[in-house]
Amino acid sequence: MAADQSRIRNFCIVAHIDHGKSTLADRIIEKTGLLTSREMQDQVLDNMDLERERGITIKAQAVRTVYKARDGKEYIFNLIDTPGHVDFNYEVSRSLAACDGAVLVVDAAQGIEAQTLANVYLALDHNLDVFPVINKIDLPSADPQRVIEEIEDVIGIEAHDAPLISAKNGINIEEVLEQIVAKIPAPGGDPGNPLQALIFDSIYDSYKGVIIFCRVMEGTVKKGTRIRMMATKAEEEVVEVGYFGAGRFLPCEELSAGMVGYITASIKNVKDTAVGDTVTDADRPCREPLPGYKRVQSMVYCGMYPADGAKYPDLRDALEKLKLNDASLNYEPETSAALGFGFRCGFLGLLHLEIIQERLEREYNLDLVTTAPGVVYKVYRTDGEVLELTNPSNLPDPSTIEHMEEPVVSAEIMVASEYIGSIMELCQERRGRYLGMEYIEGTRALLKYELPLNEIIYDFFDALKSRSRGYASFDYDIKGYEPAKLVKLDILINREEVDALSFIVHADSAYERGRKMCEKLKDEIPRHLFEIPIQAAVGGKIIARETVKAMRKDVLAKCYGGDITRKKKLLEKQKEGKKRMRQIGNVEIPQKAFMSVLKLDDRK
Amino acid sequence: MTENRELELYFHIPFCVRKCLYCDFLSGPAEPGTRRQYMEALMGEVRKKAEDCREDTVVSAFLGGGTPSLADPDQIERLLEAVHGHYRVAPDAEITIEVNPGTADREKLKAYQKAGINRLSIGLQSADDEELAALGRIHTWRQFLDIYREAREAGFVNINVDVMSALPGQSLESCLKTLEKVLDLEPAPEHISAYSLILEEGTPFFEMASAGELQLPDEELDRLMYRETGRMLGEAGYRRYEISNYAREGHECRHNKGYWTRKNYLGFGLGAASLYNNMRYKNTGSMTEYLRDPLGSREEMQRLSREEQMEEFMFLGLRLTEGVSLERFRRVFGVALEEIYGPAVERSVKDGLLYRYSRPAKNGKEDMLALTELGLDVSNYCLARFLL
Repeated sequence: MAADQSRIRNFCIVAHIDHGKSTLADRIIEKTGLLTSREMQDQVLDNMDLERERGITIKAQAVRTVYKARDGKEYIFNLIDTPGHVDFNYEVSRSLAACDGAVLVVDAAQGIEAQTLANVYLALDHNLDVFPVINKIDLPSADPQRVIEEIEDVIGIEAHDAPLISAKNGINIEEVLEQIVAKIPAPGGDPGNPLQALIFDSIYDSYKGVIIFCRVMEGTVKKGTRIRMMATKAEEEVVEVGYFGAGRFLPCEELSAGMVGYITASIKNVKDTAVGDTVTDADRPCREPLPGYKRVQSMVYCGMYPADGAKYPDLRDALEKLKLNDASLNYEPETSAALGFGFRCGFLGLLHLEIIQERLEREYNLDLVTTAPGVVYKVYRTDGEVLELTNPSNLPDPSTIEHMEEPVVSAEIMVASEYIGSIMELCQERRGRYLGMEYIEGTRALLKYELPLNEIIYDFFDALKSRSRGYASFDYDIKGYEPAKLVKLDILINREEVDALSFIVHADSAYERGRKMCEKLKDEIPRHLFEIPIQAAVGGKIIARETVKAMRKDVLAKCYGGDITRKKKLLEKQKEGKKRMRQIGNVEIPQKAFMSVLKLDDRK
Repeated sequence: MTENRELELYFHIPFCVRKCLYCDFLSGPAEPGTRRQYMEALMGEVRKKAEDCREDTVVSAFLGGGTPSLADPDQIERLLEAVHGHYRVAPDAEITIEVNPGTADREKLKAYQKAGINRLSIGLQSADDEELAALGRIHTWRQFLDIYREAREAGFVNINVDVMSALPGQSLESCLKTLEKVLDLEPAPEHISAYSLILEEGTPFFEMASAGELQLPDEELDRLMYRETGRMLGEAGYRRYEISNYAREGHECRHNKGYWTRKNYLGFGLGAASLYNNMRYKNTGSMTEYLRDPLGSREEMQRLSREEQMEEFMFLGLRLTEGVSLERFRRVFGVALEEIYGPAVERSVKDGLLYRYSRPAKNGKEDMLALTELGLDVSNYCLARFLL
């Protein structure tokens, strides 16, 4: 059966957030009966705790189930899950490339939304056959007929026979399964050709080493095959191949063209198995790699420091372990006068940063101080040297700088027509360069802009969503570096420069950012016995100032015998608060103040 | 590690006519029936607890609330009879009752005298009727004057008056006016408690302040009021002996000082707390439960570790302006204070929050450590350093 391509369906589910993607995936797994209900965790595909809480899928994963269709035949379903955030766009594109079709889930009440379109177009770009499913039909506000028309009008795919389902309540799931069989094409490829398999994910397992998640496009791979990763050039002998049972790995004889599964080969590091790379047979290589491979680069950097300096080795060990599983995480040791020993870490984007931060805190029980994230700047020095700047405090003396460049992205923003104005305004504020606009269906437009990356890493996505009431989707590609008038903004607390609070900013917004930063810090820094000036400076010149007034009163005036336990609790709270402080000079600064530069935008 | 067998008693009378807007104590209005039932339960508790205290001498008793003066005077008499009947009470024991000027009269005061109460604590808060109304107090300045005069006539020679500063809408002038009027009383009170208003969560004031409906003096004015209060009282011959308490020579509230020097004390009644042989516990805060079984309702029972005793020694002891005695610390814990708290003391002295001094004692002199004026203002900030 394994080799019968006509009985394989490789697909993914795409949807706007909250339209029911994960729930439908759960139902499909349930109905195909590979798992008993008892084994079912609520959401099988999202198996990291973090993912469940955030309701997003971080790493692409896959599951293989067997469905006995109405025609009496058994079909193998490979459901490949895709991450849902722009930070991981590249991973999404590789997951889609591993599929032959996509199930589009649309909410019967809300209809098409921004991400619906973005995801459909992404799927169509990868030549996937897409069929729609109308979910949540049991909601009182459901209007499936309207949504069907909308899909046909706006997206232009047939929807009149779309299954009307409730994934939550298990209504009509059978119909979805039948349409997967009927509408998603069987994979192609020749098992006899030289091996050509696409890596769409890889994870590190302490027993098996790296486990490669792949889609075999051509040829066959089995135990003993000497494989080569065409981009990274790594070579190893295959130890095991298999496919994905829900929540576990099931070894099998071989993986051949059209199949989705995993390969292990005593590989020690996920760096060697980059997402998008092509696996081939070292002894009988394919002529060329599959298209679309990109080397993943860190786009956002920040400093990460243990709150307790003694935990530095623990942080190092934790980063090492996370790195085993996450090739896009970079780090190197650095030292800050304010924060002590820590690491400068590189990430795909801000979400990636937050995920790593949370995992370090939760899984490794580390209390972290994180500095404001920044992008990688290129500093051209007068002596001809070019410096890649990932830490603002390493900016050389301005007199030795010829000019600086910052990364710029080409962005496409799809937005409902009524919000075009406010979105253009937003892009303007973020130093965007308008490239053009196309109308789609008269009610939507595709805006094209070039934007400096450092203007979009913090909160652009949030601002976009709030200014368009969710009716905007956003995608970007790194375009390259461009010269810009950049300066380093320094923060002085009690007249001492705090290196961990410095950041690079466009000269035109330095004053505004400096002022806001001072205001923010004024709120964050508790009162001391003395007055504390907070100043922002560019090149030694003070451009903004706030003052934390001296503490005058902190007393429990009335206190009875019975209040003593309460009084102690109060003191304990105060003491506990101190622990989360950093001593800089004689000022105690709360650790979250170092992240506060992030939350400066109140223009939403 | 208790140094002697002195014992203090606290009786909580959780009833009031209506709650003041700033009050977060366990109290509220109640029917006369409930009040009688409660007093019976209280007496039951007094009798039962006595069994464990045969060796102790009661040096002070305090009837607080709520509004103890709301209770029938004969019930107060019976309560104190029970105390005298079941405990060894020192002949010079200080026995105080809190009095709300809106609920007392000549008869009650006489009954208190008869019952052996020798100290009154009168809740005035302000001499300005508008301020009193804004606080939700049930009395006027006039009513206070009457009660004060009657108390003197009844023979009370040890009286405390509570005043508050930093009230909504209060000016420095009005704050000092209250003090002036209190100091002009004939004779002036022996003891004055001067609190600055603290907004407690769960009180109407807290809600009103959060909603921006209270016009409270800013911190500068608050502190100015407080300093001026200290200055005026000092000039009038009162000594500040605790964060919020001032007394004429020899009239410090013994009961209050007992809390800060960690004397054994037993709390009777709803939600009352006790410290006995380094065990802290609290009675239930539920009236139904308390009435059902006054003794069976202990909560938050906690045996204090040596470290916790040290912590309390410091953060309670330092509330007194005389501070803590290094000798006494060594005597109680068998280790030098500096050995445990060296860095905290050094830092606090350097920051101007604590100071060292010596005072004469039986065998030469006694080394003390106390909060400075600044330290008293920001005591929480300083005392948190003494948690281990």
